[in-house]
Amino acid sequence: MKKRVVSVLLVVMFTASIFAFAGCSTSGGSADVVKLGFIGPMTGDAAIYGSSAEEGAQLAVAEINAAGGIDGKNIELVAYDSKADQTEAINAYNRLRDQDGVVAVIGGTLSGETLAMKDIMVQDNMPVLSPTATAVEVTQDAPNVFRACFLDDYQGQAAANFAATTLGAKTAALLIGTGNPYSEGVSEAFKMAFTAKGGTIAGSESYGTADKDFSAQLTKIKEMNPDVVFVPDYVQTVGPILQKAKEMGITAKFVGADGWDGVQEEYADAAQGNYFTNHYAADSPSETVQNFITAYKAEYDKVPNSFAALGYDAVYTMVEAITAAGSTESADIITALKATDHAGVTGTLKFDEEGNPKDKEVTIIKIDGGQLKYDSTVVNK
Amino acid sequence: MNLFLQQLINGLNVGSIYALIAIGYTMVYGIIKLINFAHGEIMMFGAYFAFIAATSFHLPVWAVLLSSMVIMAIIGVAIEFIAYRPLRNAPRLSALITAIGVSLFLQNLALIIFKPDPKVMPKIFPETIYKLGEIEISSTTLITIGLSLFFMVLLDLYIRKTKQGRAMRAVSEDKDAAILMGINVNRTISLTFAVGSALGALGGVLYSVAYIQVYPTMGVMPGLKAFIAAVLGGIGIIPGAMLGGFIIGMVETMTKAYLSTTWADAIVFAILIIVLLFKPTGILGKNTREKV
Amino acid sequence: MDHNKKKAYLVNTVAVVALYLVFFLLIQTKTMNNYFVGIAIMTCIMIIMAMSLNIVAGFLGEMALGHAGFMAIGAYASASFSMVLIDSGLPLPHLVILILAMTVGGIVAGIFGFLIGTPTLRLRGDYLGIVTIGFSEIIRIFFINFGPTGGAAGLKGITRLVNFHNVYWVTIVITFLIFTLGRSKHGRAIISIREDEIASEAAGIPTTRYKVLAFSLAAFFAGVGGALYAHYQSFLEPSKFGFMFSIEMFVIVVLGGLGSLTGSIISAIVLTVLPEMLRSFAEYRLLVYSLVLIIMMIFRPQGIFGRSEFSLTAFIESLIQRKNVKNSIGGGEAS
Repeated sequence: MKKRVVSVLLVVMFTASIFAFAGCSTSGGSADVVKLGFIGPMTGDAAIYGSSAEEGAQLAVAEINAAGGIDGKNIELVAYDSKADQTEAINAYNRLRDQDGVVAVIGGTLSGETLAMKDIMVQDNMPVLSPTATAVEVTQDAPNVFRACFLDDYQGQAAANFAATTLGAKTAALLIGTGNPYSEGVSEAFKMAFTAKGGTIAGSESYGTADKDFSAQLTKIKEMNPDVVFVPDYVQTVGPILQKAKEMGITAKFVGADGWDGVQEEYADAAQGNYFTNHYAADSPSETVQNFITAYKAEYDKVPNSFAALGYDAVYTMVEAITAAGSTESADIITALKATDHAGVTGTLKFDEEGNPKDKEVTIIKIDGGQLKYDSTVVNK
Repeated sequence: MNLFLQQLINGLNVGSIYALIAIGYTMVYGIIKLINFAHGEIMMFGAYFAFIAATSFHLPVWAVLLSSMVIMAIIGVAIEFIAYRPLRNAPRLSALITAIGVSLFLQNLALIIFKPDPKVMPKIFPETIYKLGEIEISSTTLITIGLSLFFMVLLDLYIRKTKQGRAMRAVSEDKDAAILMGINVNRTISLTFAVGSALGALGGVLYSVAYIQVYPTMGVMPGLKAFIAAVLGGIGIIPGAMLGGFIIGMVETMTKAYLSTTWADAIVFAILIIVLLFKPTGILGKNTREKV
Repeated sequence: MDHNKKKAYLVNTVAVVALYLVFFLLIQTKTMNNYFVGIAIMTCIMIIMAMSLNIVAGFLGEMALGHAGFMAIGAYASASFSMVLIDSGLPLPHLVILILAMTVGGIVAGIFGFLIGTPTLRLRGDYLGIVTIGFSEIIRIFFINFGPTGGAAGLKGITRLVNFHNVYWVTIVITFLIFTLGRSKHGRAIISIREDEIASEAAGIPTTRYKVLAFSLAAFFAGVGGALYAHYQSFLEPSKFGFMFSIEMFVIVVLGGLGSLTGSIISAIVLTVLPEMLRSFAEYRLLVYSLVLIIMMIFRPQGIFGRSEFSLTAFIESLIQRKNVKNSIGGGEAS
């Protein structure tokens, strides 16, 4: 009895002390550092997106610090893993704001998590620049939220234009991931644009986010015999789909969206000869691109994907805004962001009233021999 | 009609895998009345070991399967010895909670060792497509269904014809009487775990070849569904597990094909509930009375 | 009310108010920032969830592995209700809306508890556990497919009605209610069913009715917990209410001790606060959990508190008594 009482007391004291102790921790760090926050999935199915974007971002931070930082102050990028879980993302954001005292956030990486954090970010008027979240609603009614990438409806349209015009497809089948705002958003845009160009949607199949068995859906799609199958989703879902499709002998061309970037690593065989919309091409002759690739390769020993490129551009853009604003106050940074004109790896970045990039180019990538090759550029009219 | 037959084959494919895993559940439940929640994780580790055998050691197909099955058989026996044997006489609730604990432990162990990013299972079976009239069936599917049936028949013979098999049946029916008959109960139980785990591992390998990815939580859903299959067929009855596996595989595939992809899982769970409410002993089960 | 009980109520009330004042001060002086307040709120919600689960798993002694399903129902129902209410423009203070939302969430969840419990509680042990998982999964899949509440993408834009102050007092009230239930005639009936169902039946206790009652009450409180969760997070997604979450809540109750409400409270606090503090060890958290669970079951299956409760009054008295004894013995002895 006594032992139990003592142990209870210990637990209570322990808990109380954690609260008290941790509650006293300071935030923001020393005055010589400007802290930026980063949120993205670094573990789990979508790990490639978060970790790549973070790598690109960290590279930019290192370069900027080497060049003198912001008025002599170093930048620190505090990165948290969202695990592609919306609640985790919200917790990570709260931590960044309260514990780390960041002045701006580069994040979220995925559309789902960014949408989840949106309300609080708007409430806080935190300057937010998402490198890679493509869902349309991310920047709606959010004057402090910007993004460095094109939107889902934009790339869905581009994919449809490409399929109809360049590939000459007359019929298309859709394979959509229900509950994934990214997959649903891009497919919807594709559908509208494709039919507007005179094409027919042969049919639409769907799968749940945790589903790994696509045989039923692919069997039906095979029966439809479309010219093109549009599958906008992340690598870890698309890879098995492509492989299963190949196993079943489906001959249609598969077209995807920017989530495909990375599929050539483990699924090169299955992805052979297929296409997807992307933010940049690693084999582009542009000097900006090649410099970035060289620096990235030197640091990480691999070719950067578009998420790394966007993370890189996002940090540069944010730092430019903070420098132009001459202060770390939210309102000042946001005003400066509005006036952004940054020539980045993924193109020129200028924002419209919604916080979305104006007239960004969409690069079509073809997967060939395990490599990503530039195919063409689409500009939506 | 062709589409229907094609989907039927899809159903058989996944059904045979569920059947293999279901057998493991049913054998363990039959002998110690425990729902081995960790069985899904045994399937998962079986897949990982096969992955390692194929990619790091480049073993031939038969060695990949064999090594995975043997290793998991050993691990299954170890789990029983460490976590379940001490609770042999404890209330059912404690044993069940321990099983959940083992399941969580194995999942997170895999998470730490292998990292959460899915690994791609190499194609260890030859890849050709056979045509039977209008219907296409891939060699992988044929091998999956074939191997499953082969091992199921083998198991059935083992249970019916060998001494150890008879011992298993005896312990399942009445443990105390079996002891009186001179059967080494501990050894029989270990053997049961070994066989069940080996088949579960095979299920895991076939599953990963069919669905390409190997990741730490891959055993959760198939494990749950295989368990439902075992209950459906009659928990504790091996042919019941086989039957249940095929039925659940069919139902899942047909639902996805003709009703809705997102409700497929819910319908499988609904089947479970209906079976348990109206005929808890399952399709092949007999009714038992509870003694006061 | 006899003297002892009055004393107990007084002591406990003082302790509860004192604790609240401590937190109040910490929050007002900003010693505890938003992040920690968030953790405190989640802790209170998890305490409610653990205690509600304890009604079925502890008092009744049945394996209920689908608790997340009732939380989901309460969360979505209350959120839909509050969103409609707020949209309608009625000028009601937030506290009133919260109370109404909690009631709605609790009642809807309770009704489902009744509907699900009635046929299901005929089953025993493992089977009951599996069926509850089944129902919980069906509920989750339903919300994934149910458009009006956002489907798989989730329900956003729920007004944040919860703050530490109201959630603290709600938790205290619910603790009091469940405690009282445990001590009441009905509570004793439920516990007797756990001890020996056939004997209880023979003694004239309508076992089915009490089982369903326990189940429904647990569902009701889970619904209230869900409502609080919804109005704190401001958004809901079905994937949060899966099988894993049910298991986590079950682990909390088991570790604390099935049947001990104090155990549930302490366990909920530790298992909610600790993972946040040890974020860097997040990888190992579940690994350690599961190991602890297995070891617990083998060596101390009744959990930390077993079935007993911690009584503040008794504790204080024992302290006073020890002092008295020491004085009367004459001091000087090392104790």
